[in-house]
Amino acid sequence: MDSIISVVGDGFVLSAADCTNARSIVVMKEDMDKVMELDHHKLLSMAGEPGDVAQFTEYVQKNVHLFELRSGIAMSTKAVANFTRNELAKSLRKNPYSVNLLIAGYEKEVGAELFYIDYLGTLHKLPFSAQGYCSYFVLSTMDRHYKKSMTFEEGLELIKKAIDEVKIRFLINQPKFTIKVVDEKGTRTVESY
Amino acid sequence: MSRRYDSRTTIFSPEGRLYQVEYAMEAIGHAGSCVGVFSEEGVVLAAEKKVASKLLEVSSSEKMYVIDKHIICAVAGITADANILINQARLTAQKYYYAYQEPIPVEYLLQQICDTKQGYTQFGGLRPFGVSFLFAGWDRHYGFQLYQSDPSGNYGGWKATAIGANSNAAQSILKSDYKEGLVLTDALQLATKVLSKTMD
Repeated sequence: MDSIISVVGDGFVLSAADCTNARSIVVMKEDMDKVMELDHHKLLSMAGEPGDVAQFTEYVQKNVHLFELRSGIAMSTKAVANFTRNELAKSLRKNPYSVNLLIAGYEKEVGAELFYIDYLGTLHKLPFSAQGYCSYFVLSTMDRHYKKSMTFEEGLELIKKAIDEVKIRFLINQPKFTIKVVDEKGTRTVESY
Repeated sequence: MSRRYDSRTTIFSPEGRLYQVEYAMEAIGHAGSCVGVFSEEGVVLAAEKKVASKLLEVSSSEKMYVIDKHIICAVAGITADANILINQARLTAQKYYYAYQEPIPVEYLLQQICDTKQGYTQFGGLRPFGVSFLFAGWDRHYGFQLYQSDPSGNYGGWKATAIGANSNAAQSILKSDYKEGLVLTDALQLATKVLSKTMD
């Protein structure tokens, strides 16, 4: 039921995710953070089976950190995305993780990038994307209004349009979304919407 | 002398030395010299091939190897030992590319190779590799780089260095003649000059 949405703009990526954790008829938590900071310049938005999500994303985060400690250099967004995809692909026919992700990052020479990764180990670099039921609603909204190299304000406006669509049309009530951004200054929370 | 401590690779002598590692370095001192010179435009590796017989096929490689599109290395020491490590280096580089879809950072590769070399000085009861390498490569993190590694598993980044026979003489010439800000042609000239002076 998780809704995660990301949009690439001029030198930044905005990532939004709902904050609801609900099982069956019960809402357990309304302030869950589904956008993890992988490192100072990367965001990982997660959706899927709750236990798998926690295990897998922490595994990725710690491996990224270990690499940086061992080698003394930061992993690129593309390297992190491919590493993550590879781990999902390896486990697919043994011990699969039911996890869908969006990986957003910023690097100096390359700029802002967004990667879509699904539970089968599909990897795509995209200008905007979404995971979960919300994608049925928001992809058309973003198709209509997205343009390349948007300013921060334009990007925020687009992502709020997408969130509004989810709030109006999606059966499950998701009143609160967290919006985070990653740019050359690093990662930070923009607002709750 | 403490000769009784020679035979086991994995123990220290009373003076705190690892004799097998030192003997490995001795073996390298008899091998054909290699010289490496760094410049901002690229790294030069030069090596002396000791042709044991004129009947030998010239094409075979014993000194210089390509590890990946962005990393090469020169070898001094026991060729058979080197081949094992070269193979491992190539495999490590491709495994990295498979997982990360990016070329392996040069120093990261070196760390893996040197960790292997170190392993043979601490456990297993096997002798160390009788090989020193000069690795030259480029990556987007640190640009052009030159590294030297030895049987102990130590490695260091260098502006100019030499291994193999007469490496001390080569090193002292490099020390006096190397200047910062060399262009590639200067580096080539320096490497060939040093090699010709120290070759028999």
